[in-house]
Amino acid sequence: MSDPLKPLDLAAVQQRLEGARGRDYWRSLDDLAATPEFQDLLEREFPRQAIGWSEDEDANEGRRNFLKVMGASLALAGMTACTRQPTEHIMPYVRQPEELIPGRPLFFATATTLNGVATGVLAESHEGRPTKIEGNPEHPAAMGACDPFSQASVLQLYDPDRSQALSFNGDIRSWGALTGAMRDALAQQKAKNGAGIRILTETVTSPSMADQLRAIQKLYPSAKWHQWDPAGPHSARAAAMQAFGQPTNTYYDFTNANVVVSLDADFLASGPGYLRYARQFSARRRVHEPSDTMNRLYVVEPMPTPTGTKADHRLPLRAGDVEEFAWALAISLGIAEGPKTGENHDIYKWLGPIARDLQANKGTSLVVAGAHQPPIVHSLAAIMNEKLGNAGKTVFYTDSIEANPVDQLASLQDLVKDLDAGTVEVLLILGGNPAFSAPVELGMRDRLKKAKLRIRLGLHADETSEVCHWQVPETHFLETWGDARAFDGTVTIQQPLIQPLYGGRSALQMLQTFLETPEKSPYDIVKGYWASQHAGADFDAWWRRSVHDGMVADSALPVKTATVRGDALTARAGARHLGGKLEVIFRPDPTIYDGRFANNGWLQELPKPITKLTWDNAAILSPADAHRFGVQNGDMLKLTYEGRNLKAPVFIQPGHVNGATTLYLGYGRTAGGRAAKGMGFNPYGLRTAKAMWQDVGMDVEKTAGKYEFASTQDFHTLETPDRRHIIHRADLSDFKKNPEAPHEGAESPPRSLSIYPEWKYEGYAWGMAIDLNSCTGCGGCVVACQAENNIAVVGKDQVRRGRAMHWLRVDSYYQGDPNDPAIYNQPVPCMQCENAPCELVCPVQATVHSSEGLNDMVYNRCVGTRYCSNNCPYKVRRFNFYLFSDFETPSLKLVRNPDVTVRSRGVMEKCTYCVQRINAAKIDAEKADRTVRDGEIQTACQASCPTDAIVFGNINDKASRVAKLKANERNYSLLADLNTRPRTTYLATLRNPNPEIEA
Amino acid sequence: MAHEPQVIDKPASKEIIAPGYTFGTVTDQIAAVVLTKKTPPLFWLASFAVGIGLLLLFLLAAGILFTKGLGIWGLRGPTMWAWDITNFVWWVGIGHAGTLISAILLLLNQQWRNSINRFAEAMTLFAVACAGMFPILHLGRPWLMYWLFPYPNTMGIEPNFRSPLVWDVFAVSTYATVSLLFWYVGLMPDLATLRDRTTDRFAKFAYGILAMGWRGSAKHWAVYETASLLLAGLATPLVLSVHTVVSMDFTIGIVPGWHSTFFPPYFVAGAIYSGFAMVLALAIPLRSVYGLKGLITDTHLDNAAKVMMATGLIVGYSYILEAFTGWYSGNVYEEAAIWNRMTGPYKYHYWTLIACNVIAPNALWFKKVRSSPVILFIWSIIVLIGMWLERFVIIVASLAQDNLPSSWRVFESTRWDWATYLGTIGLFLFLFFLFIRLLPMISIFEVRTLLPQAKVKEEPR
Repeated sequence: MSDPLKPLDLAAVQQRLEGARGRDYWRSLDDLAATPEFQDLLEREFPRQAIGWSEDEDANEGRRNFLKVMGASLALAGMTACTRQPTEHIMPYVRQPEELIPGRPLFFATATTLNGVATGVLAESHEGRPTKIEGNPEHPAAMGACDPFSQASVLQLYDPDRSQALSFNGDIRSWGALTGAMRDALAQQKAKNGAGIRILTETVTSPSMADQLRAIQKLYPSAKWHQWDPAGPHSARAAAMQAFGQPTNTYYDFTNANVVVSLDADFLASGPGYLRYARQFSARRRVHEPSDTMNRLYVVEPMPTPTGTKADHRLPLRAGDVEEFAWALAISLGIAEGPKTGENHDIYKWLGPIARDLQANKGTSLVVAGAHQPPIVHSLAAIMNEKLGNAGKTVFYTDSIEANPVDQLASLQDLVKDLDAGTVEVLLILGGNPAFSAPVELGMRDRLKKAKLRIRLGLHADETSEVCHWQVPETHFLETWGDARAFDGTVTIQQPLIQPLYGGRSALQMLQTFLETPEKSPYDIVKGYWASQHAGADFDAWWRRSVHDGMVADSALPVKTATVRGDALTARAGARHLGGKLEVIFRPDPTIYDGRFANNGWLQELPKPITKLTWDNAAILSPADAHRFGVQNGDMLKLTYEGRNLKAPVFIQPGHVNGATTLYLGYGRTAGGRAAKGMGFNPYGLRTAKAMWQDVGMDVEKTAGKYEFASTQDFHTLETPDRRHIIHRADLSDFKKNPEAPHEGAESPPRSLSIYPEWKYEGYAWGMAIDLNSCTGCGGCVVACQAENNIAVVGKDQVRRGRAMHWLRVDSYYQGDPNDPAIYNQPVPCMQCENAPCELVCPVQATVHSSEGLNDMVYNRCVGTRYCSNNCPYKVRRFNFYLFSDFETPSLKLVRNPDVTVRSRGVMEKCTYCVQRINAAKIDAEKADRTVRDGEIQTACQASCPTDAIVFGNINDKASRVAKLKANERNYSLLADLNTRPRTTYLATLRNPNPEIEA
Repeated sequence: MAHEPQVIDKPASKEIIAPGYTFGTVTDQIAAVVLTKKTPPLFWLASFAVGIGLLLLFLLAAGILFTKGLGIWGLRGPTMWAWDITNFVWWVGIGHAGTLISAILLLLNQQWRNSINRFAEAMTLFAVACAGMFPILHLGRPWLMYWLFPYPNTMGIEPNFRSPLVWDVFAVSTYATVSLLFWYVGLMPDLATLRDRTTDRFAKFAYGILAMGWRGSAKHWAVYETASLLLAGLATPLVLSVHTVVSMDFTIGIVPGWHSTFFPPYFVAGAIYSGFAMVLALAIPLRSVYGLKGLITDTHLDNAAKVMMATGLIVGYSYILEAFTGWYSGNVYEEAAIWNRMTGPYKYHYWTLIACNVIAPNALWFKKVRSSPVILFIWSIIVLIGMWLERFVIIVASLAQDNLPSSWRVFESTRWDWATYLGTIGLFLFLFFLFIRLLPMISIFEVRTLLPQAKVKEEPR
């Protein structure tokens, strides 16, 4: 160890570098790194870290040191004078940035992408910090709503586990080193036309990136571009080729669809454009007058989904039997030839009525094929829609929105072949996590090691990073420029809201290094591309407008007429026999998707729709199968498929089809952050290219062990009949006959039933109405609430102990036969009771009533007796048993909404109706000497809701939407018989069953 | 009027304490426990050691609780109260027997109480001390507990007088104060006796200070008698009010299983029931270890057992009434609450408590059972367990399954729940056995009044 008192000889090193320029300069840094003086310097600069970094530390310590050591790259950068050290001064604005008023947020349009497909969002920025994502009301894919993944992307941005420094085999390196390495490799590749270059991306819809890839192809004609998204629309892509002979994008319009048949399609809660579909679909279920009509939904699916809960007729079928159902439906419609009965009676029982219903609604019906159904189901759906005259009315076809709609599985297999052949010299992996998510038989983790130079761009250092040389920290979409297409092809320009937190590069920048101008900034790349595309002199105005609006006007792909080819319908497959085995069903997880959101605490803790599981996946079985195998919730199963096995715990799901088990992908991560690692079980270990989504042939065996799930709801069953009248429901026909039908038997005490005189609410009286007929139970509102109100993540163990902090929860209830129950969803925020039981019992007046009818929670005054929670019949109060809020991690401080208190240990908290938004609107109104307009205040849950199920406003204003809804005949109060007089009320749910089908 | 004194004298005519005692031997025997320099009996050492051990556990549990937060307990939504309030109600209830014995029985001139009132009152004090721990420990932010008191403050906020928890603060603090005063005033003549008899200079000084100059003059006795009666008068309503107020913590709540008007008498009966069980559980070993069977006789045990049985029957009646009201109300929530108690996740707790509190006390109808100290001791422990379970079931089973099934969740205790509970038992044992060693556990002067020699009769004219 050298003398620590000896000053650093920075000057000398800098002098050495002074003369170096250009390519030499980069080479010299590498050389420099190798010299003994430099090693000595490094040792002296970071002696302890250099020792501690090596080994025998736990993951946390290692990560901390990682951060400290990261300073090394900064020091190097300063030494070579290519980046300025960030200067930190705290001072007021000398020149106020345009439009920025301290304390008032600004909103910027940008877009989130999933599988490459964009959803337009508005990002809320507080003094330069993005804190909240809202839907972009102008964007066709969002219509103002927002999905959970987008909502949670701000937490992803500030994730302390993000990859923060460029590293080579785990050692931190300078950016120059990477550029140098790439230059060398590319120089070699140039000579052989790039024959050794492979670029592996996720699905690309970005026009700019496609342009770059085309340019790379031009420069290196033999280079190959592969795409892989484990949960992408593989079947739909293949089906388009099969049915139409050309890549085709399909999207729907539910506005005029009177009858919808979903063939295992969860179009209300997943897939591109679902926010729009949900909005359109629910608009057709908004029955205000008994004379209003309602659409009808038939769903055929194995595992209950949010879409399934909205079905008027839901038929649980194994995923593999959906194909037979689609055939049978086509046969019943007279489109295909074949038998009208089969071994599985369930498939055929409703076909006649459904077919007649569809026939009666030609042009106003819709058959939707699920993303995970085989291509033939998509083709059948396409031909049915065509014959029913729905094409161009409820279903639309355009050219593919993808830049290069290849068969991704073939693309990946091609890469594997080249890897085996040893011809892959430079492998650039942009995003994705192929080492984790590729089909298991490809052995991607080991195969990737066959590439000579492996460069990986990723937000997190994950399983793929472990087998790559270079881990390049990726910039988050809120940190960089980009573009992408939405479900209908609409282009959205992604604009950054914040400087990259940890440096990092975007995918566009990485691709640019292959080109002539490697240093081009992402802004120049995107703007440059669109400048070349835009004809006309008004480019600057056009650009500003497109960026501002969050989408390029009229960029949706033109609708084309696509006719199903005559030979699209291949031979009808026979019935699939289980032969004593089970069908295995792989589906992307509802909250962490294919695993990419596994390190996002908000999404991990978001209870999955229907199951209400958090932090875990499971082998989901039907009650009958569980009984057959003699297993209970949490018993461990050994699942064997194609010789591979997986141990996973059982979760019994009423409504799940018999003879199958559903496995949600994305869990069982071994790297990629603290929240991701070690949670759940990895079904990718069973998933082969042959059976990407489902296959018959899984063996199940009970093994020893018991697993504890963390579920937010343990009891789901309603008494039959529902004597508590929690869910008010009726059939549409009954409602038409008797508008009181949904409320039959429910008691609602008269308002006079109180010994206290009625309080008169002058001015505003805030209230909320939640339409249960619209709500799909997707959980988007829960994440929106969490983001808006700084709600802490508590972790799996605490969720298991019933200490999840969500202010808003979505309850699910089952009624009827456990194997095929009716499922109801009910979002439950604070009811803001006028006769609030919580207020009476608080000994210190920490929860009191406002003059506007809000039940206010005064955190500062709360001593934590928890009596209020005991006395709350709705159980909407949440208690900070520990210091759940993270007051330590610097990056997590940035994600907080500055308008909402961060609660500390020992205090109660609950839904406030987003009082911060109410007050902001009231201040604005007062300044303008007016009252708050209806619709001016949107609570976070309301704003995010794709179905527009939640409406908030002033109930004293009889013209307001909420007042009108409350006057609706479907309106009811939850537990009205307790006379709590809730301000949050519900609108009863209606079903519109086909009278021909016996319930 | 003439025959009235005879009615009062009648129970006293039966000898309450064993024959053969004199003023001197009574004083000697009781004072010796405190004043002897010999090592205390093994029983005392063992009990005190257990007490200290558990007290240390309590300090550890409380320390961790304050550092980490309430999460170390098993509390969860929806059971935001569980062991904390169960223990609180249990301890407060136990305290009641002491006040009943010292105040109500004094007013009713039940002279047999004189042998047991001292340690029963001490038991009350220590039980209230243990009970008082929980409302503080169970707060999310215990350092702000003083906000429950109406003190003048710059925030200009008063506590919420509509909240039963504020009533609790007054009820329990008044109860603790009056009990302490009553106990201390009753101790004074005996402290003076100890002062006079001890040979240790320090003890003489200490007892002298505590005796506050008691000389036993007629004037002192006259003042004492008045004060004693007044305090008994003050304490008597407290016996009823404290547990009434405690029960209102539940009845005011709209939780099914809590929201019931008959809780106050039900809780008071339960309190006296468990209190007498504790008196028996303490008296039976004490009298045999210290050879006090002559002073705390089988008659005392028999009387206590009778009170226990009577209150136990009231408690049993309450259970029946509770189930009946649940059914007869026709209220779906109440019905379900009772049904879930009997058949739900807490059915074992429920049926155990029925066995302990409804079935077991019926054995006390039999004189044989009442006259066997060993069985009585076991029975009193059964009753203590039963009464703890009763509170647990009322609190936890009602909360765990209330109005909305979506929020239902089964409570699971943690080791820190156990540690805190056992810790307060340690605190109780520690204080109680310290009391045994330092103060006369039986009121010397009051027992002396029971001696035949004390029966001063007017000279026949």
